[in-house]
Amino acid sequence: MYPARFDYVAPRSLEDAVEALAGGGDDAKVLAGGQSLIPLMKLRFAEPSLLVDINRIPGLDGIAEDGGRLRIGALVRHNDVVGSRLVADRLPVMAAAAPLISDPLVRNLGTVCGSLCHADPAGDWGSVMLALGAEVVARSPSGERTIPVSELLVDTFTTSLAPDEIVTEVRVPLPQRRSGGHYLKLERKVGDFATVGVAVQLELDDGRIGRAGIALTAVGPRNVTATEAERVLAGAEPGPDAFAEAGRLAADAAEPVDDVRGSARYKRAVVQTFVERALTRAHEIAGGSR
Amino acid sequence: MAVAEQERTVRGIGHSLRRHEDDRFIRGKGTYVDDIVLPGMLHMAILRSPLAHARIVSIDTSKAQAAEGVVAVITGADLAAHNLAWMPTLSGDTQAVFATDKVRFQGQEVAAVVAEDPYLARDALQLIDVEYDPLPALVDPHKALEPDAVLIRDDKEGQTDNRCYHWEAGDPRATDEAFARADVVVTLDTHYPRCHPSPMETCGIVADVNQATGQATLHMTSQAPHAHRTLFAMVAGLPEQNIRIKTPDIGGGFGNKVPIYPGYVAATAASLLLGRPVKWIEDRSENLISTGFARDFHMHGELALTRDGEMLGLRVRLVSDNGAFYADAQPSKCRAGLFHIVTGSYALPAAHVVADGAYTNKAPGGVAYRCSFRVTEASFLIERLVHNAAIELGLDPAELRRRNFIRPEQFPYTSATGFVYDSGNYEAALDLALQQVGYDDLREEQRRARAEGRLLGIGIASFTEVVGAGNHKDYDIAGIKMFDSAELRVHPTGKAILKIGVQTQGQGHETTFAQIVASELGIPPEDVLVQYGDTDNVPYGLGTYASRSTPTAGAATAVISRKLRDKARQIAAHLLEVSEEDLEWDTGRFSVKGAPDRAVTIQDVALAAYTNMPEGLEAGLEGVHYYDPPNMTFPFGTYVVVVEVDPGTGDWKVLRVVAVDDCGVRINPMIVEGQIHGGLAEGFGIAKMELITFDEDGNCIGSNFTDYLLPTSWETPNFECFATVTPSPHHPLGAKGVGESATVGSPAAYVNAVIDALGHLGVRNIDMPVTSAKVWEAIQQASR
Ligand SMILES: Cc1cc2nc3c(=O)[nH]c(=O)nc-3n(C[C@H](O)[C@H](O)[C@H](O)COP(=O)(O)OP(=O)(O)OC[C@H]3O[C@@H](n4cnc5c(N)ncnc54)[C@H](O)[C@@H]3O)c2cc1C
Repeated sequence: MYPARFDYVAPRSLEDAVEALAGGGDDAKVLAGGQSLIPLMKLRFAEPSLLVDINRIPGLDGIAEDGGRLRIGALVRHNDVVGSRLVADRLPVMAAAAPLISDPLVRNLGTVCGSLCHADPAGDWGSVMLALGAEVVARSPSGERTIPVSELLVDTFTTSLAPDEIVTEVRVPLPQRRSGGHYLKLERKVGDFATVGVAVQLELDDGRIGRAGIALTAVGPRNVTATEAERVLAGAEPGPDAFAEAGRLAADAAEPVDDVRGSARYKRAVVQTFVERALTRAHEIAGGSR
Repeated sequence: MAVAEQERTVRGIGHSLRRHEDDRFIRGKGTYVDDIVLPGMLHMAILRSPLAHARIVSIDTSKAQAAEGVVAVITGADLAAHNLAWMPTLSGDTQAVFATDKVRFQGQEVAAVVAEDPYLARDALQLIDVEYDPLPALVDPHKALEPDAVLIRDDKEGQTDNRCYHWEAGDPRATDEAFARADVVVTLDTHYPRCHPSPMETCGIVADVNQATGQATLHMTSQAPHAHRTLFAMVAGLPEQNIRIKTPDIGGGFGNKVPIYPGYVAATAASLLLGRPVKWIEDRSENLISTGFARDFHMHGELALTRDGEMLGLRVRLVSDNGAFYADAQPSKCRAGLFHIVTGSYALPAAHVVADGAYTNKAPGGVAYRCSFRVTEASFLIERLVHNAAIELGLDPAELRRRNFIRPEQFPYTSATGFVYDSGNYEAALDLALQQVGYDDLREEQRRARAEGRLLGIGIASFTEVVGAGNHKDYDIAGIKMFDSAELRVHPTGKAILKIGVQTQGQGHETTFAQIVASELGIPPEDVLVQYGDTDNVPYGLGTYASRSTPTAGAATAVISRKLRDKARQIAAHLLEVSEEDLEWDTGRFSVKGAPDRAVTIQDVALAAYTNMPEGLEAGLEGVHYYDPPNMTFPFGTYVVVVEVDPGTGDWKVLRVVAVDDCGVRINPMIVEGQIHGGLAEGFGIAKMELITFDEDGNCIGSNFTDYLLPTSWETPNFECFATVTPSPHHPLGAKGVGESATVGSPAAYVNAVIDALGHLGVRNIDMPVTSAKVWEAIQQASR
């Protein structure tokens, strides 16, 4: 598999990278882990004129707590998340999702931010970040702005980023109350993209549900937030009835299509099953039951 | 020295010797075709059809010709000028090298660019302009066989429909009579899906034709170098003595490297015309969409039984989807391979098989993917039918098998379709498997689980294979009889070179065959260099596929070793000054009866063969043998798979796999077990995930490894392997082929396990790949 011709730069600072990307025009692309971009280039589905490799830029590879948020830099690999104590302790939904992303080879290189920028509706991080209410920070020659993930993901492989913007980090609000989260993924084999994925985040408030986040992978043109399901859970009493109702509403929110992985009907049913199961598990983690 | 002691020191048959070849593979020191770089070498890339069926209106290569680094652009018209636009297939059909009239499948070869480097070759491909006039694509073989279907093979004189063969086996009258007596007839319609051998190394060639001498050296990925040499001579009209096929290390074949592909022919033609070496290496997608697929059998089976479970007869009607060219690799008399082994392990008095092949707008191939020519489809069908029959009769599936097995005393057993099974003890293998898996306890656990709403299933397959073709009377490939060969040269210092006509692709020939020489001649395996895969160096043979290496060339190795041992005995008698009858052989050593200290070793004899031979005896200790097996070998076994199905998603997990294999005498038990592990993993992949499918326009879905799924070590279950040993009565070592048993036998065990988990709900069939989606749909349908 042989890609078409392209130019390549590997700047050592964010400033240089921003400048190189802006100078490269509309066909220039950021190269992070390369786990989505390189395969597309090898198939000649993508033929960027210039790659701006951000891997040599220092300071982008950290996971850190900062003022009630978790900051995840643009070079944090899926596997860094797998190994993070901070994540394991505070954000079980991320901890559950990370080891389910592809296989060890891809996890060693692929990045959380790159996955969000790629906007594949079958990407797992999109759902996790929607459920958590995260936002990304984007840098361009005209400055820096934050974009909620719900506004970043526009359509299949389409984000609201301008061609000259580089995402420098994703910021995840750390839950302040008792909380739990979980990610469930149905895949045909290890390393496969999801047939269906479900991310849930539950915060408990005095025995009732405070905030609930539910988002779905691979059942729509982008990662889908199950807004109705989130709404009925907020303020409800946690338990099988509420979780089953949320499952039904989430299945309604899904917009799956028939394909080799299964029928739309099937995928809806899996959404329903998974939302129920994931909420039950999240509730357990939050210390709600047992 | 006691025999056992001597045997142990030479580490011959029965020893789990580490594989000699692994040293270079593990160190990255193997040499594959793509590792070969010759001075002045050019690179070829192939332009493939984006459409499944279309008339070619025009091809404009002018822009590509002018592109940077391009040396030549080759089209079908150019090949036609040298009478090379079409080539024969292994099933007696013809196949387009490059399309001249129509394209008949997506991915078909249309033109090629030869350039100074592989990137430039591919850049130039994008500059070739082909105008197509689309035709309706036929993707369903049943539709293709309908009378008014558009004709795919309008190139063939006299071809008026899309049927590529009709073939029958067995006795229709006897079968009808058996069905008339039946209490119960169990039917099953199932599609064994199109899958792909997917070797790690794709296909490729470095063609090096010397324009001055006419000598063509072809470094290529071939499982059958000699057969390919002869076919090349016939296709290209090159004198056969000028063709040398060299197969370096082959990175897996699994049947994929048995056929001759257009790329080989085109690269050779290019080298001939340009006078420079030309390399062509497929990429992964090209391998998946254009080279030999496997299976794709639509089968209808009917099993007739009495109420108490006696099998009376079997009827099979099948349609095979052969793609655009009938290019199955199989013995020429067998139009559906050895599918008629479909009566399996059972004493079925009557059987009738009717098979029809259909041309469709899909890639050709029909290769025996780790299988002895369609044995896999046959084994799957009978083992699935038996499971369903057990459900219908309310019998335990193990018990139903037991009641109908061919009994040990019935061998040699002539099956209803005409095979003569050499040996077997099916019940012993079943018993061992049931005992190892703890069958009765498992059935109890299954009952308990069901009560809790959990879906546990136990699947059994008691398969029988037929492997190791020939004999020469019944089996040939394109007219070449299926014998095989071994040439053994023992050097004066007692070291040896063994040259074999079969071709390893990872099976461990360099170790196994050396161990045969060790046992037969007493030369330690590390002193035996095994060579293969250079047609100028090794004797003629038909190659490695269909589990034939040990049954044929393994036997040839044993026979030639024994012939040399006979000669060695003459020399030993001369050295010890006794008569031959007074000598005793003890692996590697001749001693005088009654005076064990008077002895010479095989190494002593080897030296004498060149330095001190007896008067009148030919010098040297060398010889060659061509072995024509009297019959096939019939390995068998029982696999038991335990699964649990998640009712919420339909996903299923394998909890246990117990495998009992009987391949007769095991030459290297570790290598045998490795072969079984690999086959069980491939069987799992086929049962659960592997599928090449097409949309209604004939677009191939499954052209890379994110769509065509292969199991990895992560999801592949753990295997528990056991053995029984029933030697082949006609093989000199008592060995049978084993490279394919597990791919052949295991898919039915996995599927039976899932069906077993759902049987009480009324589910009777789910076609492979048994995806979670299909399982879930089946549960919904059943509970409606
Ligand atoms: C075999 C395989 C299986 C996979 N399975 C899964 C799976 O199960 N689940 C899953 O979620 N993912 C899966 N992936 C995708 C993987 O997670 C990728 O790592 C991820 O999608 C992209 O991250 P990356 O760092 O590799 O990005 P790259 O491939 O480098 O880039 C992807 C895109 O994002 C842009 N981009 C990257 N970083 C930035 C940035 N900081 N700012 C602006 N633009 C940027 C690039 O320009 C490009 O367009 C799989 C990939 C492979 C090869």
